[in-house]
Amino acid sequence: MANRIIFNVFQVLVVMVFAPLIKGILNRIKENIQSKRGPSIIQPYRDIWKLFHKDEVISEQSSWIFQATPYVVFVTPIFVTLLIPVLTRYPLFFAFMGDMLGGGFILALGGFFATLAAVDTANPYGPMGASRTRMVGFLAEPVFMIVFFTVSFVAGSTIPYIVHKHWVTPLANFFEPSHVLLMLAFLMLIIAEGGRIPVDNPSGHFELAMIDESKGLEYSGKAAALMKWGGAMKFFVLLCIFLNVLLTPWGLAEGETVGEVVLAIPLVLVKMLLFILVLAVIECSLAKLRLFRITEFLGAAFITSVAAMVTHLLET
Amino acid sequence: MSDPNTTLSTLIKLNDLAGGLFLLTAFGLVAMRQVLASLNLFILQSLLLAASAFFVGYQHGSVHLYTVAVITLVTKSLLIPWLLRRTIGEEIYARREILQVLNIPTSLLIAVGIAIFAFFLSSPLLSASGKPFVKFNLPIGIAGLFLGAYAVMVRREAVPQVIGILSMENGAFFSTVAISPDLPLIAELAAAFDVLIIAFVMGLLTRRIHQRVGTTAVGQMASLKEE
Repeated sequence: MANRIIFNVFQVLVVMVFAPLIKGILNRIKENIQSKRGPSIIQPYRDIWKLFHKDEVISEQSSWIFQATPYVVFVTPIFVTLLIPVLTRYPLFFAFMGDMLGGGFILALGGFFATLAAVDTANPYGPMGASRTRMVGFLAEPVFMIVFFTVSFVAGSTIPYIVHKHWVTPLANFFEPSHVLLMLAFLMLIIAEGGRIPVDNPSGHFELAMIDESKGLEYSGKAAALMKWGGAMKFFVLLCIFLNVLLTPWGLAEGETVGEVVLAIPLVLVKMLLFILVLAVIECSLAKLRLFRITEFLGAAFITSVAAMVTHLLET
Repeated sequence: MSDPNTTLSTLIKLNDLAGGLFLLTAFGLVAMRQVLASLNLFILQSLLLAASAFFVGYQHGSVHLYTVAVITLVTKSLLIPWLLRRTIGEEIYARREILQVLNIPTSLLIAVGIAIFAFFLSSPLLSASGKPFVKFNLPIGIAGLFLGAYAVMVRREAVPQVIGILSMENGAFFSTVAISPDLPLIAELAAAFDVLIIAFVMGLLTRRIHQRVGTTAVGQMASLKEE
């Protein structure tokens, strides 16, 4: 039992430490594909370090929501990390507290507070980004729901530790049409929720075109560092859910020894690296959609998830 | 893999996967904005049809279905796109959006309704047949048929409508391969060449329309009169 508590805390530390690295590698690969040199892969660490040593400016007009939000955004991915399989195949100490739906709600809480804070400052760009994020959010919500329902249909549970066993026992389950379609739908969701390119441009500097980024424009100093770090961790956690639960449930620690759990770190990072490579190619080969085309993108995700559910009903 | 049961279950899974993706391409044909993307989706759909025919044929050891797979591969994924490109190339490579009666999210929602309707329609038929592949191929095939017809209705241009008609034929074939693994070869050949001729004739017709009127947006041709 003590082991499982330690591993659980260790898992959180792993997410905190490696989340900026994944972001840095993704940025670097993207720039390299576009034949630029690109920033160093540890640039996000440097940014966070620098921001922690800067003074913070808080608008007099803002309320407590503005000041509390960075902490909420920073803490919510950590809570989700306690619930999902990041390194181990078996549930850890806190995993009983929630299933995938619970994790989704906790992540949504962070997004909700970020939206409120963006409206709070009355910076003209903040509310615009907030309303756009909500638009993407409420279009993504039904897809999330249907994906989770289908997962629970197929695997008989929404607990990630049971779900990821189902796909590979036997291996033929991996090729179930509902599984493949679910993966496609969830990939589109990750792109939408993570603010990646067909939906949003994470490296754009033009405020009028921003969706996700403009919510954090008012933050400076420590708060900005927490927002950045929290954003990186949210992306890391989404990748963990996608890779460890849905796409490739291999490479996780089976036993309860320290060695196996530590060995799982490079394996999980390699999986992420491969996926990030695919993501970078997707981002470099597509153009950003116009705002009202996002409905079509998420409509396609919706159709895919519905098709997954329907094909599962046909199989049984 | 020598155990016949594992082979069968793997084949069923693979066939189901082809079916699921087939359904997805059928949805895509309703929603794609560019003509070239529609045509590519049609090619993909034909490849999936050929794959399904191959899997079912492998299970039944049926030469006929292998032939169906090969014929589909040759005519639908090579010859028909080539024909369409030759006859109405400028329409296919035109980089503009296809005119639609409804906007795309609405038409996708209706398409989902149609697909579910197709499944309800096929469920009483399924109880009549005990074959393992029919359970999956028949509803998906009927859904493909309906979605093709819906694409013909909702698109307002000639080329996407041609592709819609061809995908209807794909849907019909998708259920046929599972229902009758021993379809006589002559019927398959006839169907394949029929489709080829249809594509050719429609392509030429569209080309003439394009030459005469300068557009193939058939939705706008309601007021076409003789001069």
